Amino acid sequence: MNRSIVLALTAAILFAACVLSMGVGAVYIPAGTVLQVLADNLWPGGVIETAHSATNTIVWEIRLPRTLLAVLVGAALASSGGVMQGFFQNPMADPYIMGISAGAALGATTAVALELEFWMFGLNAVSVLAFMCALAVTMAVYAFSRRGGRVASTTLLLTGIAIGAMATSFTSYMLVMGGENQRQMLFWLMGSLSARRWDHVWMLLPYAAVGLTIVLVYARELNVLLLGDEQASQLGVHVERVKLVLLAAAAGLAAAAVSVSGIIGFVGLLAPHMVRLIVGPDYRILTPMAALAGALLLVLADLVARTAMAPAELPIGILTTLLGAPFFLYLLHRQRRV
Amino acid sequence: MDTAIKVENLSCGYDRRPVLEGLTFDLHQGEMLGVIGPNGSGKSTLIRALTRILPLSHGQIELYGRPLQLYTVREIARQIAVIPQLTPATFAFSSLELVMMGRTPHLKRFRKEGPEDREIALEAMRRTDCFLFRDRPIHELSGGERQRVIIARALAQQPSILLLDEPTSFLDLNHQVEVFDLLRHVCASDGLAVLCVSHDLNLSSEYCHRLLMLKDGRTYADGPPEDILTHGHIKAVFETDVTVIKSPYSGSPQIILKPGD
Repeated sequence: MNRSIVLALTAAILFAACVLSMGVGAVYIPAGTVLQVLADNLWPGGVIETAHSATNTIVWEIRLPRTLLAVLVGAALASSGGVMQGFFQNPMADPYIMGISAGAALGATTAVALELEFWMFGLNAVSVLAFMCALAVTMAVYAFSRRGGRVASTTLLLTGIAIGAMATSFTSYMLVMGGENQRQMLFWLMGSLSARRWDHVWMLLPYAAVGLTIVLVYARELNVLLLGDEQASQLGVHVERVKLVLLAAAAGLAAAAVSVSGIIGFVGLLAPHMVRLIVGPDYRILTPMAALAGALLLVLADLVARTAMAPAELPIGILTTLLGAPFFLYLLHRQRRV
Repeated sequence: MDTAIKVENLSCGYDRRPVLEGLTFDLHQGEMLGVIGPNGSGKSTLIRALTRILPLSHGQIELYGRPLQLYTVREIARQIAVIPQLTPATFAFSSLELVMMGRTPHLKRFRKEGPEDREIALEAMRRTDCFLFRDRPIHELSGGERQRVIIARALAQQPSILLLDEPTSFLDLNHQVEVFDLLRHVCASDGLAVLCVSHDLNLSSEYCHRLLMLKDGRTYADGPPEDILTHGHIKAVFETDVTVIKSPYSGSPQIILKPGD
């Protein structure tokens, strides 16, 4: 099948899932009405039929930002995971491999433990600290792995594990000493999109847009990097520069996503693998498809997370892992048989 | 004859352990130069130095009269293509996709491959006789077929110099001959300069115009095969007694091993 058709089809399915997600909840809103609200808000010059209504508030102020956030987080994690798998030539690599989730968790639990109350760019202390710690840990991992201007992928992987483990043990300490804040910490660690508003969307959007653009522009170089550093260099790829750019983009995507959503497992690992089975290893199609698939997975997972046990909400990270892991096992099993 | 690569007093190695020490030689346009020597004599290190993967500690490499370090990796890849040892394929790219990667040094960042790039790739595949399996994933191909795809990728780079790093190790006998026949043919018709690193003395002797014999990181002997593959040289470099005979087909010197007592 033609690549643009596959992309367009997946995008259409994603759009349908988004409309469904905005309709379902404590108050059911038919798809037609959802579309009407979107149209009214996007083209405010016309006749506004739904303005100032409760429906408008539910769709535009509550469900749309949450759905968009699911799209952005899913796309960011999945594209980042796909790049990391190629970069490390390791199918088990995921967006958190450079200690990003460990850093973000440390930042978030610290903010909760110290009961920090400040706002930056419309975001609360938990998100801000999570983002900063995720980036700090990633930079530490990179700096530690650098030897004579070169970074060996294996060293980077192992350094990420070691520094990540250190951050995780600090996080565990915070949790144990957390007292009445423990529940809030745990909820963040399991990932959730509950109560996210436009501020979170605006925070994530620039990182997602820039990061995705970079990994798409460098898709051809990433293909060549799959042949190994030496062959890539002999084919004219400036290996160290391309690796640094790709790593920064993938780490930025994951760090920004995790800081608004908490740790959502398996999407970044699963989505690229699923897509690879369908469209093959070429990153020029794999990356955009992984982003769409990740977005789709997260929109659906969030839909289940907030409706399955309503009015209670499940942490979305529990769901993605619970659904993702068996599916992943099935894919592995099927692949081995072929 | 035009000089493609000029190596002067080259020393390089890993960390503080030098592998090449004071190597000097020229590679001319249109010639096939075989680099031979025992393991650890610096054969593969030479390829890595010539593609600037390994920095030099002393000496100089000139590519068409200009120091190699003044070129970008992209510019080098437009002049020099490398054919590596047969490497295990761990991904499912099709043969054509892999050959298209040879166009990398010719493409601008935001430009996609055009129809002319595709035509260059397909033409390279026709020349190396792998056009028929252009859509098959490379991990399904036999070793000989895969190496022909890699040669097509090198041709798609449109280089003026080919570096071969043990191109036929891990290949069956029939594929060894097939690959070298092909290389000799494309080099002659395109006027390429070829440097072939190999541990196979007989193949090197059969196909190369000139042999460069390395010992401990420096030139031990340099000249036409009949001057290089002698009992004395091989005894000195490989510490083995052999008999040298003339090939009944081409007259090139061929080695017969003498078993120990």
